[in-house]
Amino acid sequence: MSMQTGYASSTSELQSYAPAATDAGVAAPAPRREIARSRPVTAPRDARTEPGPVRFIIIALAIAFLSIFVVLPLVVVFASAFSKGISAYIAALAEPEALAAIRLTLLIAAISVTLNLVFGVIAAWAISKFDFTGKTFLITLIDLPFSVSPVISGLVFVLLFGAQGYFGPWLQAHNVHILFAVPGIALATIFVTFPFVARALIPLMQEQGTQEEEAAISLGASGLQTFFRVTLPNIKWGLLYGVLLCNARAMGEFGAVSVVSGHIRGETNTMPLLVEILYNEYQFVASFAIASLLAMLALITLIVKTILERRLDEGQLPNGD
Amino acid sequence: MGLTLTWLSVIILIPLAGLFLKTFDLSLEQFWGIVTSRRTLNALRISFGLSFAAACVNLVMGTIIVWALVRYRFPGRRLFDAIVDVPFALPTAVAGVALTQLFATKGWLGAPLAELGIKVAFTPIGIFIAMVFIGIPFVVRTVQPVLIDLDPEIEEAAASLGANRWHTVFRVILPSLIPALLTGFALAFARAIGEYGSVIFIAGNLPNVSEIAPLLIVIRLSEFRYADATAIAVVMLVASFLIIFLINRLQRWAQARIPVH
Amino acid sequence: MAIEVKNIVKKFGSFAALDNVDLKVADGELLALLGPSGSGKTTLLRIIAGLDWPDSGEVSIDGENALARGASERQVGFVFQHYALFRHMTVFENVAFGLRVQPRAVRKDEATIRARVKELLDLVQLDWLANRYPSQLSGGQRQRIALARALAIEPRILLLDEPFGALDAKVRKELRQWLRSLHNEIHVTSIFVTHDQEEALEVANRVVVMDKGRIEQIGTPGDVYDNPATAFVHGFIGESIVLPVDVSGGSVRLDGRLLNIAPDAPLSGAAKLFVRRHDMAIGPAGSGALEGAVRHVRSFGPIQRAEVALSGGEGRTVIEIDAPRDRELQAGEIVSLQPRRYRIFAGS
Repeated sequence: MSMQTGYASSTSELQSYAPAATDAGVAAPAPRREIARSRPVTAPRDARTEPGPVRFIIIALAIAFLSIFVVLPLVVVFASAFSKGISAYIAALAEPEALAAIRLTLLIAAISVTLNLVFGVIAAWAISKFDFTGKTFLITLIDLPFSVSPVISGLVFVLLFGAQGYFGPWLQAHNVHILFAVPGIALATIFVTFPFVARALIPLMQEQGTQEEEAAISLGASGLQTFFRVTLPNIKWGLLYGVLLCNARAMGEFGAVSVVSGHIRGETNTMPLLVEILYNEYQFVASFAIASLLAMLALITLIVKTILERRLDEGQLPNGD
Repeated sequence: MGLTLTWLSVIILIPLAGLFLKTFDLSLEQFWGIVTSRRTLNALRISFGLSFAAACVNLVMGTIIVWALVRYRFPGRRLFDAIVDVPFALPTAVAGVALTQLFATKGWLGAPLAELGIKVAFTPIGIFIAMVFIGIPFVVRTVQPVLIDLDPEIEEAAASLGANRWHTVFRVILPSLIPALLTGFALAFARAIGEYGSVIFIAGNLPNVSEIAPLLIVIRLSEFRYADATAIAVVMLVASFLIIFLINRLQRWAQARIPVH
Repeated sequence: MAIEVKNIVKKFGSFAALDNVDLKVADGELLALLGPSGSGKTTLLRIIAGLDWPDSGEVSIDGENALARGASERQVGFVFQHYALFRHMTVFENVAFGLRVQPRAVRKDEATIRARVKELLDLVQLDWLANRYPSQLSGGQRQRIALARALAIEPRILLLDEPFGALDAKVRKELRQWLRSLHNEIHVTSIFVTHDQEEALEVANRVVVMDKGRIEQIGTPGDVYDNPATAFVHGFIGESIVLPVDVSGGSVRLDGRLLNIAPDAPLSGAAKLFVRRHDMAIGPAGSGALEGAVRHVRSFGPIQRAEVALSGGEGRTVIEIDAPRDRELQAGEIVSLQPRRYRIFAGS
């Protein structure tokens, strides 16, 4: 039934087109319309898709490419980690060195996520709710760590705090250890992960504008009450999203940390650094065991991220009409 | 407010300023000497050249992947959509060891390729592969929202004006995706240039052959040749600033061309 | 509560949003700020609410300096143009918000808050929506919830920014009457901003007409309509016919032809004659001040509507005039038009 009405309307359209086309002296389209009319039983093909074989090739290419470049490496990680059986896997993770790396990674992530959470929210708040000179500069500054090679991010801290660095001699004289110690690793990690929280919040806060905050203030709420009762609930999914990505990167950062860590075994090796060391020592099972934990972190991050993205899309229903 | 600026200065601005200040320790000739030494030049050429090639592959494959994900329905589509982000989320060291294992001569893909006489791991091809891996999400995620938002009416208009599908895609759809495609390309390119973790395992790291610029920085640092490291870093920084600048220009151009309604 | 605004100046960059504005609002009034967009009316409202600060000037509410207090301490109910409902809270929690954020010392207990919210939702006749979220409401419902929320803090004054701006025509009409009767019921001093003259004239006790950051006229709806103080007000409110005239020595000329009307104020030189359509009497040629050719006549019911092209005034002024059917007009006929009521303002 629906097919018939579809056909009827399309023919009436064709009829009304036809004189106009001849008037304009356009001859070429006519035969094609004839063909369309000579096959009335099949529904006319959707104007917005490609022929079947083309579709098949595109899908096949996409799946093949993603499988080879993304799925296989992931599979390799787990396959190699369990290649000597589950007990070897567990034993590798129970090594004191592995445990120390896990502890350090968690500590670094906790420090950098907390600090970037606080300052990311403030920076996003400042940028999206106020106008001030130097705003564009501030945005560029926030984005900077994304566009700088992680190695360079590490290098800048070596130049500041290293033995030949600007603060190096002073630090040595006062026996303060930043480089090749936890503070250096934390600083480098904060540097690389700074943009995540702010970046996740700025568009969200900009879109929401200041009206709800103004309403809260006119209803007698104080600045803090406004922030915790109105602003924060509105950005909570975006904030979680930023924290999630910030955390994933903080735990997985390799280049920057590698430069500032000094690779002191059991002391300044984070999980990614330990993966490198063990791999270079041909301890493949141990290396991939640690790598599998990090891969798991990445997968969980992706799953939560997908869920959050759906939440965010829902949350962005406009408040107006 | 002041607090934010202070924090940003401490954590971002001061370190970067330090980097540029450090280069002033060098005379111009010294700087030029370092940057134009054979090993540095080769490292920069390898980094930039292979990054460009990888970004090109990402551009083409990214477009195909976006098209499949947005326009077609196939089993596992949502899964593959989520998987695109793996190179983003997977720590680079993990990606590095995994790709190396996969493409080593005894690896799952390395073995059949070796039989064909193609050696991937520990050669420039390996670097290229790793760069392709990390660049995938950039093109896909930049182009995806634009393709989703593309007004279906323009395609229908093209079809009603007698354009066949080929014309519609190449004359109507792709041109409106160009700003997003170029932005994605630039982002992938910039990321590949700076990439370290996922590249160094598979690279082989032979000076002048398969040694990337970020690795050369690390090597110079471990030799305590800070000035050398800094000079290379400055060249790379300037390059990535240029790329950011170009991206911003592109986006402004795109906005001017397609006004927001 | 009475509101007094004195010499308010507010600049955004070099643009003067408010240019020396004075305004007194009496207790219990329902006042409309009317003007085109960019006239400064919303800025004035936001300054009274404490959401913006003037560059100079004074604002007092009930005799006390309001500028010494922030928005959250002024106890001013503000209804936002796009409602600004908290999207993550239910309707009930939205209305309760102002009560829940009160300092602990004065905060009511939960039962009192619930009772108060219930009462307010009853007042706006939306108690059945208490557990919905803002996104589930229609525009008119959101508007009324926004009002209930503003009333919850027992505001000393109520400020409404384009309260009906985002609604469709039918809901707009209903809400106008509703706001009028609500004001009669609760009698809190209220100011609302609008660019819709019909809305201002129909709802307010007094209308403040603003343009380019200045107050052009303050008066009752009848005042501003019948006795516009300035050319702007005459042109902005109601439909006006504007003709360029020359005034000298008490006589008024249009394109050199003497009109038998007198200027209502001592002025001379180039001026503008403002007349309302319905203030014109149509008569046979030669009997009135203005002349024109009938272009088209439509008759329906007791009246005929004639389209008359005026001679003079560049010959392009075409007006529609309703005339009784006692004498049928013909297309092409020359008629005269006599303004019963008119104003002449200086300027060209």
